[in-house]
Amino acid sequence: MMEDIVHQYLRPKKKFPHVWCPGCGDGVVMNSLIRAIHSLKISRDNIVMVSGIGCSSRAPVYFDFCSLHSTHGRALPFATGVKLGNPKLTVIVISGDGDATAIGGNHFIHACRRNIDLKMVLINNNIYGMTGGQYSPTMPTGAYAATAPYGNIDRPFDICKLAVAAGANYVARSTAFHTFQIEKYFKEAIMKPGFAVIEAMTACPSLYSFYNKTGKGTDMMKALKDRAISIESAANMSPEDLKEKIVTGIFANGDAKPYTVAYQELMERAERSRVDEESI
Amino acid sequence: MLFYKLYKDKDGRKVGFVQGNEACAEAALAAGVRFFAGYPITPSSEIAQVLAEKLPMYGGRFIQMEDEIAAMAAIIGASMTGVKTLTATSGPGFSLKQENIGYACMNEVPCLIVNVQRAGPSTGLPTQVSQGDVMQTRWGTHGDHPIVVYSPCSVEETAELTITAINTSEKYRTPVILLMDETVAHMREKITLPHESEMKLFNRTRATVEPSDFRSFDTRFGDVPPFEPYGNEKGYRFHITGLNHDENGFPTSRQDEVVPYMDRIHRKIYNNLDDIIKVKEWNTDDADFLLIAFGTTVRTCLGAMEKGRKKGLKIGVLQLITVWPFADKVVARLAKKIENIFVVELNMGQIINEVSRAAAGHGKIKGINKYDGVFITPDEILTHLK
Amino acid sequence: MKKVYEIRFSGSGGQGIITAGMVLGEAASVFDGKYVVQTQSYGPEARGGACKTELMIADERVSYPKPELADILLVMSQASYDKYIDEVKEDAWVIVDSSTVKYKPARGVFPVPITKLAEEVVGNKVVANVVAMGVLSSLTNIVSYEALERSLLNRIPRGTEEMNKKALKLGKTLEFKDNV
Repeated sequence: MMEDIVHQYLRPKKKFPHVWCPGCGDGVVMNSLIRAIHSLKISRDNIVMVSGIGCSSRAPVYFDFCSLHSTHGRALPFATGVKLGNPKLTVIVISGDGDATAIGGNHFIHACRRNIDLKMVLINNNIYGMTGGQYSPTMPTGAYAATAPYGNIDRPFDICKLAVAAGANYVARSTAFHTFQIEKYFKEAIMKPGFAVIEAMTACPSLYSFYNKTGKGTDMMKALKDRAISIESAANMSPEDLKEKIVTGIFANGDAKPYTVAYQELMERAERSRVDEESI
Repeated sequence: MLFYKLYKDKDGRKVGFVQGNEACAEAALAAGVRFFAGYPITPSSEIAQVLAEKLPMYGGRFIQMEDEIAAMAAIIGASMTGVKTLTATSGPGFSLKQENIGYACMNEVPCLIVNVQRAGPSTGLPTQVSQGDVMQTRWGTHGDHPIVVYSPCSVEETAELTITAINTSEKYRTPVILLMDETVAHMREKITLPHESEMKLFNRTRATVEPSDFRSFDTRFGDVPPFEPYGNEKGYRFHITGLNHDENGFPTSRQDEVVPYMDRIHRKIYNNLDDIIKVKEWNTDDADFLLIAFGTTVRTCLGAMEKGRKKGLKIGVLQLITVWPFADKVVARLAKKIENIFVVELNMGQIINEVSRAAAGHGKIKGINKYDGVFITPDEILTHLK
Repeated sequence: MKKVYEIRFSGSGGQGIITAGMVLGEAASVFDGKYVVQTQSYGPEARGGACKTELMIADERVSYPKPELADILLVMSQASYDKYIDEVKEDAWVIVDSSTVKYKPARGVFPVPITKLAEEVVGNKVVANVVAMGVLSSLTNIVSYEALERSLLNRIPRGTEEMNKKALKLGKTLEFKDNV
C-alpha cells in the first residue's frame, strides 16, 4: 500500500471534485510528481507551479503551492519571468501537448535552447480534450478527431527528440502507467540544473477514445503499458516495429550551463563595470 | 553600448541629455524596476538596449524573449515575485501583447507596458510618427477591464510619467501603459532624475493576515487587495488564473462572485480619478480657441498658441497627460466655456469621439488630423483656425 | 522676448552630423544650462544619402521641437545645401563646407573648406564635424567653447582626444567671412 502523500499537498480551501474525467491519466501523473517533490523535501513555499490552458493545465489549482494558471501556450514565458524574478524558486511547469507544442511551440524550443531552470511536465494525450477533441500536434497520422473527421493527415511531433535537438539539459519520457519510473524522472529533473522536460504519455478515454474507439480508461491504461518500450530495447528495433510503440527512458542528461547561472555571472561582470557619474 | 552619458548636478541629481526612450529606461531604473523582458521592435528598441546594459549593474535582470507575447508573459511572471517590471514595444508588438495585458488586468498584476507608437495598421510606417493606438490602449484586450494610460509630450515628462506610471501600477495593482510616440522617443532633451530620497515611490501593499486566512484577492481591506509575492517565505500560498475567480483565486462562474469582482476592479480605478487623471492647461482662461492633444502634438499646439497669440488669436491648450481614464470633467468644464474646440491627433480621429462625448453637446468640436507619418507643424494647426 | 535659436546641420551619412548635434545639445543643455531639443533623421531617411540633425536652443522651455526656418545652417554636402539653403531666416548664418559644396555667395553665407582643413591641418577628415563645431562656436555664443570641448571629449573613442581638441580649436580660430 502506497503512503497517502498527495492528500497532504492538496489545497485546504479548494473545493473538489476536480475537472478530470474518470480514467484520465492527469491525476496519476500529478500523484507521481507530488511524491517526487515530497521525497526531495523541497519546502512547498519554494515551489511555484505554472501552467497554460487545457485539461492538464488545471492541475496547479489543486496543490498547496503558489501557482499561476496562465494563458494558452504561455506557461513557459510566464514561468521564465517567475524564475528570473526570484531564481531561488523551484519552478514547475505543467502543460499539455496542444498547449506546449502548438500554440506554445515557439516558447518550448526557446526554453530548451536557453536551458532556463524550469522543470516541465508535458502531459501528452495526443488530443485537445478541454475544447472537445480536436487534433493536436502529437496526434498520430490517420487517427480521428473532432477536426479530423477523415483521419488526421498531419504528422506528429516527437516531443523528446524536439527537446533534445533544441538543447534541453534533461529529457525523459514515461507514461501514466509507469508511476514509479516517472516519479524517478521527476526527481532527477528537479535535481538537474537547467531546463528539464518529462513527457508523460496519458490517455484520454473521453474524447480520444470517442473518436478512435480505444476503449475505456482501463483499456487505454493497459495500452500504455503494452506499447511502452525502453529506449535501450528500441535502439535495436526497426522503425516499422516501433510504429505503435512508446519509447520510454532518458533521452538527454547533459550538463550545459543553466541560464540563471550564466545570468548571475553576467550580473557580476556588469556590476564591476558600473561607474559613478562625473559631476558637471 | 550607450549613446549618452549621465552626470551629477551640484545637488547630486543625475542629469543627462537623452532621448525619450533612454529617459524612460533611466527613470524606470530609478523607480526601482528590476526586470525587463522585451522583443526588438522599432521605434522602441533603445529602451531594451539601455536596460540590457544597466539592469544587471543594479541587481536586476533583462531578457530578450522569443516574441512579444512571451515578453508580456515574462513581466507578469516576474511581477508575481514582487519585482517591479517593464516591457516596451511598438504597434505590432503591442497588438501581440493584448491577451496577456488582459491577464494582468484580470489578476491585478502591477506592471508597466510602454508602447512607442508608429504608423499602422499592420507593419505600417515603422520609423515614423503616429498616435493611432490610443483606442487600442483602452480596448485592445478582450472583455471589460480598467486601464490607466499616460502620454508624455517631452523627454523630461517621459521620465516623470514613467515613475508615475510605475507608482500607479503598484498602488492600484493594475497594469499601466505609457503611450509614447516616435517623436518623443527619439528626440533629445535634458532630464534631471530625482534623488532616491526625494522620489515618492509606492510599493504594493502586503498582507497582514495569518497564512491560513490569506486570500489572493482579499476584499476585506478595500478595493485593492493586498499582494504577496511568490517565494514570500511566510507561508502565503495561493493561486491565480485568467479565469474569472473568487477571492481565493479559484475559478468561479457564480454570478454572485463574478459581478462583484468585475465591479471592484473597475471601482478601484474609477473611484480614484482625482488621483489618476492628470491634465495640463495653458491659457484656457481667456481662450476663444481650445486645442486638445496628448503626446508630442501638445508641443505643436503650444507652438501654434504662441504664434497665434502674436496675431491676436486667443488660443488655449489642454494636454491630456492621462489619456485613460478619460478626463471627462475637465473637458466638460472647458467645453461649456470655449466655443471652438480642435482635437489635434496624428491619426484619423480617435480621441475626438471621447471629447465629443464628454462635451455633451457643448462647443463646436473639430478634428485636426494628420496620418502621413510626418510630425504636425504649428502652421498646419493654424490654417484650421482661420 | 523669447529667443530661440533654430539650428540645422546636414550632410551625408558618415560625416558625423548626428554626433555633432548630440555634442552641441549636451554642451548647451547640461553644461551651459540652456533649454535644448535635438531631433535627427531616423530610419530610411537616415540611411545613406542625406542626414540631418536639428536643434532648438533657448533660454526658456522650447515648445514646438523642430526648426521651421533656421537661424543657423551647417551644410556639408551638395545635396543638403540644395535641399536646405532656402529654408533659413532672412538674417540666418549659413556655414558651407566649401571643399565639398558648390554654393552661391550671399550675405551670411560663410564658406569654410572644412573637410579639406580637417584632412590637411589635423590629418584626418573624420574630424571635419569637429572643425565645423569650432567654426560654429566662433560665430555665435549659443554654446561655450569649454562646454563644447567637454561634451566632445566624453563622446569620442579613447586615444583620439588630441586630434579632436586640435580640430575644435582649428575651427574656433579660423578666419572667415561671407565674401559679399
